[in-house]
Amino acid sequence: MNTDYIISSSRKKETPDAQQLKRYLLETIDPSFAASVQPHDLLVAGTKFGCGSAMEIAVSVLLASGIKAVLARSFARTFYRNAINNGLVPVECETRGIHEGDRLIVSLDEGAVIVTNETRGNELAGSPFPAIILDLVTAGGLVQYFKIHHNFVASPQ
Amino acid sequence: MAGKTISEKILSMKSGHNARAGDLVICAVDYAMATDGSAPMAIDYFEQMGGTTLFDPQRITFVMDHYSSSAHQATRSLQQKMRDFALKHNIFIHEIGEGISHQLMLETGRTRPGGLLIGADSHSVTGGALNAFATGVGSSDLAATMICGQIWLKVPHTIKVILDGSFPDGVYAKDVALALAERLGADGASYQTLEFHGPAADAMEIEDRIVLSNMSVEMGAKAGIFCADHKTFEYLKDRTTETLIPVEADTDAHYVSKIVLDVSLLEPRIALPHAVDNVTPVAGVSGTSIQMVYIGTCTGGRVRDFHQALGILEAAGRLAPGVQLVVTPASKEVEMQLQQDGTLEKLHRLGATITAAGCGSCCGTAGPIPADGVNVLSTANRNFKARMGNARASIYLGSPAACAAAAVTGRITDPRKLQN
Repeated sequence: MNTDYIISSSRKKETPDAQQLKRYLLETIDPSFAASVQPHDLLVAGTKFGCGSAMEIAVSVLLASGIKAVLARSFARTFYRNAINNGLVPVECETRGIHEGDRLIVSLDEGAVIVTNETRGNELAGSPFPAIILDLVTAGGLVQYFKIHHNFVASPQ
Repeated sequence: MAGKTISEKILSMKSGHNARAGDLVICAVDYAMATDGSAPMAIDYFEQMGGTTLFDPQRITFVMDHYSSSAHQATRSLQQKMRDFALKHNIFIHEIGEGISHQLMLETGRTRPGGLLIGADSHSVTGGALNAFATGVGSSDLAATMICGQIWLKVPHTIKVILDGSFPDGVYAKDVALALAERLGADGASYQTLEFHGPAADAMEIEDRIVLSNMSVEMGAKAGIFCADHKTFEYLKDRTTETLIPVEADTDAHYVSKIVLDVSLLEPRIALPHAVDNVTPVAGVSGTSIQMVYIGTCTGGRVRDFHQALGILEAAGRLAPGVQLVVTPASKEVEMQLQQDGTLEKLHRLGATITAAGCGSCCGTAGPIPADGVNVLSTANRNFKARMGNARASIYLGSPAACAAAAVTGRITDPRKLQN
């Protein structure tokens, strides 16, 4: 799933406003997808999520659509960084046992990430967040973090 | 303790820590770059973060490459926002038509051995061709760097790529890049550096090394780095006055894996729609009809690429009926060289559509877009559905020679059949 499929780069040339662009979310793959997204929906994906262009609008459009977290078996690194920086939680976990419509709860405990599948009655561990990433996630993203710190302050080791 | 890879060495220098693969380090950035595709958002983030001044305007560059001067009214407003911000903060800005950001970061001497460069564009990895650690980020990371001059990076593990043998006729750097994409897949190098070694890597010209560094991101790589040698110094000779200090990997550096690719055995390759790692030897797809050929981009828009194509185009003396050949030099410098050596005139005479230097048709924002049902063969790095601005077109990727062969035959053709 590349970022051009999340939002086409020819769409974003007209505006960087995610609220206007959200109606085109995933249009290349499924034109009816954008209209089907409900607030608090989680996006569950396979591998290479967000590969290709580093365009951050791909993250903004997901957030504008009401999606707070993306669960995938693997992420492209630029998408992963952009997600963290904007407060979209990227959960790297085994997604093959999750089915459309399952009720999921994503919880963070320090750096540990736990995905509870209430529908199937099981629990998955996501890849944990190291200190600096946890600081960013806890702050709600890089903007909030910089408003407070104006710099990268944590000792990241 | 094992020695260090080039990535570990550069990130150790830039972080002041003994950086090892897997560590998270905060690094001082040498140069940060944003394009008209990413700078407008970076400016918004900068303001939201409470940014007022830049850590060092000399180390920040804005480039208008993604959108042409004829773009949509709203796009023009976004570009104006970049100009206003650049003027206010004394940032150097490359105007529309000067070229593609990644090419300009090389040509202007900002990319140097041992440097750390970030760019708000995924193909910023291009800088690895000159022995720098260069990687792509989003607009928010770039905004933070504009404020504090730093970035946090996970020190990547490194895959050692050994290019053995020597290039046969008709086989080029692009074919190697596609062969690697075929072998590794689109995420085979995720979060990792590709470090290029071997006799074929040493023999490659800088312009060809750029192709491999540029396309390393198509395998998910964080960086694609070559060693520095006399060619690196020759390239940078008149572009910077800084002392150049190459960064070499230690002989006992730890690599997560090693890939040996004998280029002598390689055949020309084509990536099929709609994925860069969907690669076949050209024989597997020969005869497929092509209506549009694109020669340009940060992968295949340099002088060497056009010369590679020109031999085949001139031998045929005309384009195949029904084929539009679109040409976009990667930069003004490339364009002027092509002008001086007569290449541009020859392309004009052949009937090519030549656009201003920049991203051109690559991402459907600054050049002709393909019509419905059209098959395109392009020197670009990506062929995702709708990449060139039309989801009903199909994009194939190949070397400049393969593109020229299609331009004169109207079909995907093994370029070796038209050479000699």
